Amino acid sequence: MMIKDYEMVIGLEVHVELKTKTKIFCSCPTDFGAEPNTQTCPVCMGLPGTLPVLNGKVVDYAVKAGLATNCTIAKYSKQDRKNYFYPDLPKAYQISQYDLPLCENGWLDIETENGPKKIGITRIHIEEDAGKLVHDDTHGTMIDCNRCGVPLIEIVSEPDIRSAEEAKAYLQKLRAIILYTGVSDCKMQEGSLRCDVNLSVRKKGTEKFGTRTEMKNINSFAFVVKAIEYEYKRQVEAIEAGETIVQETRRFDPDSGKTFSMRTKENANDYRYFPDPDLPPIILTDDEIKALGTQIPELPDARKKKYIEQYELSAYDGELLTNDKSMADYFEAAAANTKYPKLLANMMISEMMRLITTENFECKISPEHMACLASLAGDEVINSSTAKKLLVRMWENDFDPAEIVKAENLEQINDEAILLGYIREAIEANPRSVADYKRGKTIAAKSIVGQAMAKSKGKANPVKLSELAIAEIEKCD
Amino acid sequence: MSDLTTKSVYEHSQALKNGEYSSVELTKAYLGEIKAKEDSIGAYISVNEDVALEMAAAVDKKRADGEDLSDIAGIPAGMKDNLCTKGIKTTCASKILENYIPPYDACVIEKLKASDYVLLGKLNMDEFAMGSTTENSAFKVTHNPCDIERVPGGSSGGSAAAVAAMEAAYTLGSDTGGSIRQPASFCGVVGMKPTYGTVSRYGLVAFASSLDQIGPLTKTVRDNAMIMNVIAGHDRRDATSIKREYGDFTAEIGKDVKGLKIGIPKEFFGEGISSSVKDCVLAAAEKYEKMGADITWVSMPSIENALSAYYVISSAEASSNLARFDGVRYGVRANDFEDIDELYKKSRSQGFGAEVKRRIMLGTFALSSGYYDAYYKKALQVRSLVMKDFNAVFDKFDIILSPVAPTAAYKLGEKTSDPLEMYMGDAYSVPINIAGVPALALPCGKNSDGMPVGMQLIGKAFSEPMLYRAGAAFEKEYTGGADK
Repeated sequence: MMIKDYEMVIGLEVHVELKTKTKIFCSCPTDFGAEPNTQTCPVCMGLPGTLPVLNGKVVDYAVKAGLATNCTIAKYSKQDRKNYFYPDLPKAYQISQYDLPLCENGWLDIETENGPKKIGITRIHIEEDAGKLVHDDTHGTMIDCNRCGVPLIEIVSEPDIRSAEEAKAYLQKLRAIILYTGVSDCKMQEGSLRCDVNLSVRKKGTEKFGTRTEMKNINSFAFVVKAIEYEYKRQVEAIEAGETIVQETRRFDPDSGKTFSMRTKENANDYRYFPDPDLPPIILTDDEIKALGTQIPELPDARKKKYIEQYELSAYDGELLTNDKSMADYFEAAAANTKYPKLLANMMISEMMRLITTENFECKISPEHMACLASLAGDEVINSSTAKKLLVRMWENDFDPAEIVKAENLEQINDEAILLGYIREAIEANPRSVADYKRGKTIAAKSIVGQAMAKSKGKANPVKLSELAIAEIEKCD
Repeated sequence: MSDLTTKSVYEHSQALKNGEYSSVELTKAYLGEIKAKEDSIGAYISVNEDVALEMAAAVDKKRADGEDLSDIAGIPAGMKDNLCTKGIKTTCASKILENYIPPYDACVIEKLKASDYVLLGKLNMDEFAMGSTTENSAFKVTHNPCDIERVPGGSSGGSAAAVAAMEAAYTLGSDTGGSIRQPASFCGVVGMKPTYGTVSRYGLVAFASSLDQIGPLTKTVRDNAMIMNVIAGHDRRDATSIKREYGDFTAEIGKDVKGLKIGIPKEFFGEGISSSVKDCVLAAAEKYEKMGADITWVSMPSIENALSAYYVISSAEASSNLARFDGVRYGVRANDFEDIDELYKKSRSQGFGAEVKRRIMLGTFALSSGYYDAYYKKALQVRSLVMKDFNAVFDKFDIILSPVAPTAAYKLGEKTSDPLEMYMGDAYSVPINIAGVPALALPCGKNSDGMPVGMQLIGKAFSEPMLYRAGAAFEKEYTGGADK
């Protein structure tokens, strides 16, 4: 057997911090990056005698996330205690949801190499975040409780994912949907989106799942891909070597790109879940759920569909543009100002995306200027290589491309007499290419065209230039 | 003994309003009583003389300035040591919280402060309210003022003893399975376990969250209702607190009991009850009949399972509630440890007493994977059956009359070696917590040793005013509590 005879089965658990103003069970602020232990009170510190009171906004946000991922919203759900000892957990239990989560049975669509695919969402539940341990050589381990009680939703997928690419596509889509609903800012560097990967392998064509391992708290999509690739290979090799896979939690080390065993199932905690007696059940009416549904803006898939229908974009391009709401908003704002939305989309996907270094889409070029650039290219006022160069310059320092084109004489050269001049110069300088072409090496024409283009300082109409060049070479003896 | 401390809250209220004596004088009288008796009674874990006198002086000044004051302004009280008091040690009678000073006041303490109460000190209890004799306190033994060889009951033993020994005009306790009513009964005072959700639990160090309620212990029924007027009410910081208009808890006091339908459940008079308790409570029933109430025997079959369900539910909740006492952030931390696990183990092993450890283990077991259905889930099912039984009786009756405990106060040390026998003593008090309904415990006679015997009047949810009415009627007629 070989690695290609195996397939991986992946389920993802994604934790997303909700951006409510206050914490889930008290009125402390949730802002990221404050001085340690300045956003705490007796309740989130878990002091004796304190009680949790559920922030209604958390339920609203979680329901929105559930509706946006096609979940059924529970009209009756409850909160449970997950009991375990750890210094970042002041009550020694985390308030979460066990058997009656807020949202269940949803799905989302992703684009794969083989077309669209549905990934099931088992459940979405609400819970509180824990604090952070800070290790320091002089003071030892210290606890920062600012994050204690920051609201989270945990989104658990079905084991429907079959490759690292699918996992990445799922995460991107999920993140897009959450960003669209506005319930979280999904900043992975700040830990407001964290991912656990459950992975097992099985021989292709078999039904039964293999034993899975869990890799916790991976904090970038790229690491998720690396962790999956490594773990898949590790499991297949282990099985091929006659070993059995142990159900365990593994840690992904980004530096080595490897995963390491943390604890096995035998050493796993028994969390002793039970309903939290301090919190009454969460009851929602149809009207309340419906009202929350109306607050959800147009989601990525709806936009994608619109782009495919209105702008004739491919599904893949539509997916890319809609994965980030601010990018989609930007695209729509620019598209409204040009006759060439498809060209605009191409410029954004192939050129602009390369320039983005931030986690979320940020762009200094005004949508109007971007639309203008697309129009200049679409109207063949400038050629594509000029458009590319302008885009890079505008990214650094936004300007009106029409003005610059004029000021710097960047217009495409369409005049056949001028173009022929460049071509003849190129032919004269390269008799050998011409001879090659004549001997049937048609590719040699390209070199002539390239040189002619260079002589035009990149401004020649590339189609015309190419047509004229071939005709001209044919004429040579 | 100063005459002042024999008076009721109601009498103090009138006297302070009329200027017969000041709050400082009254507070000094109680502090004197404490000084004289604490060596033999041991009701308090801590007494804050300076704080008490300061609070009293402040009330006197307000009164002198003509401010409109509450009925309980200036009257000195003691608080069970599981009620958080800002800046004042709150130990839960546990070594693990020996030095714990809360940075905030419990809701009831805020309410009492807003009513200008005077805090004498914090009262002894069984560690984390787990026990029936106050012998589980990590710090001291409390003696029953009626016979200092005997237990005061528990877990609010300090609260009951302080009232009985005139060491406070009134006290607050907490009742998870009888912890207000049973010590009230043992010490011959009045104790109320209010309807679950009536008094905010915010700031009460939790034992079993779904069962805990704070309530008053007083000399008289009217006093008790007066304190309820102060501490009851919705609190948005407690999600189990019930939003409603509670009205005046003294409103029905003085009305007679003619036509009240009282059910007596035979299951509360079965095996294990002492004959003197049975006789006293049945005699009380006859007295109610004489006063015009209708008395009928009823049956509540599920009651017999309530005790087991109680010990599963309360221990399960406790095992989780007490997990936060880990030596990491506050309270006592063990001295030497190699790693975090050892810090937990040593701090908790050294910090908790035997009974608390027993309940934590019991509760942890009941919630463990593989046992949850057989224990915790089953206990919840029993709980709904018990509620059903109560509801069925309350469809036909206004009040259920029963003993509080199968015996009167026994000797110190008599039952400490047998936890199961100790648990059996809670059989009549825990069903009320399981059902979440209110019950008023009040003295109904004495046994041959001269120890008080208590009965409890149980009502449907929010029927406290009627329970006070029935309690006050009995008190007036038979225990000489002419409207005090």
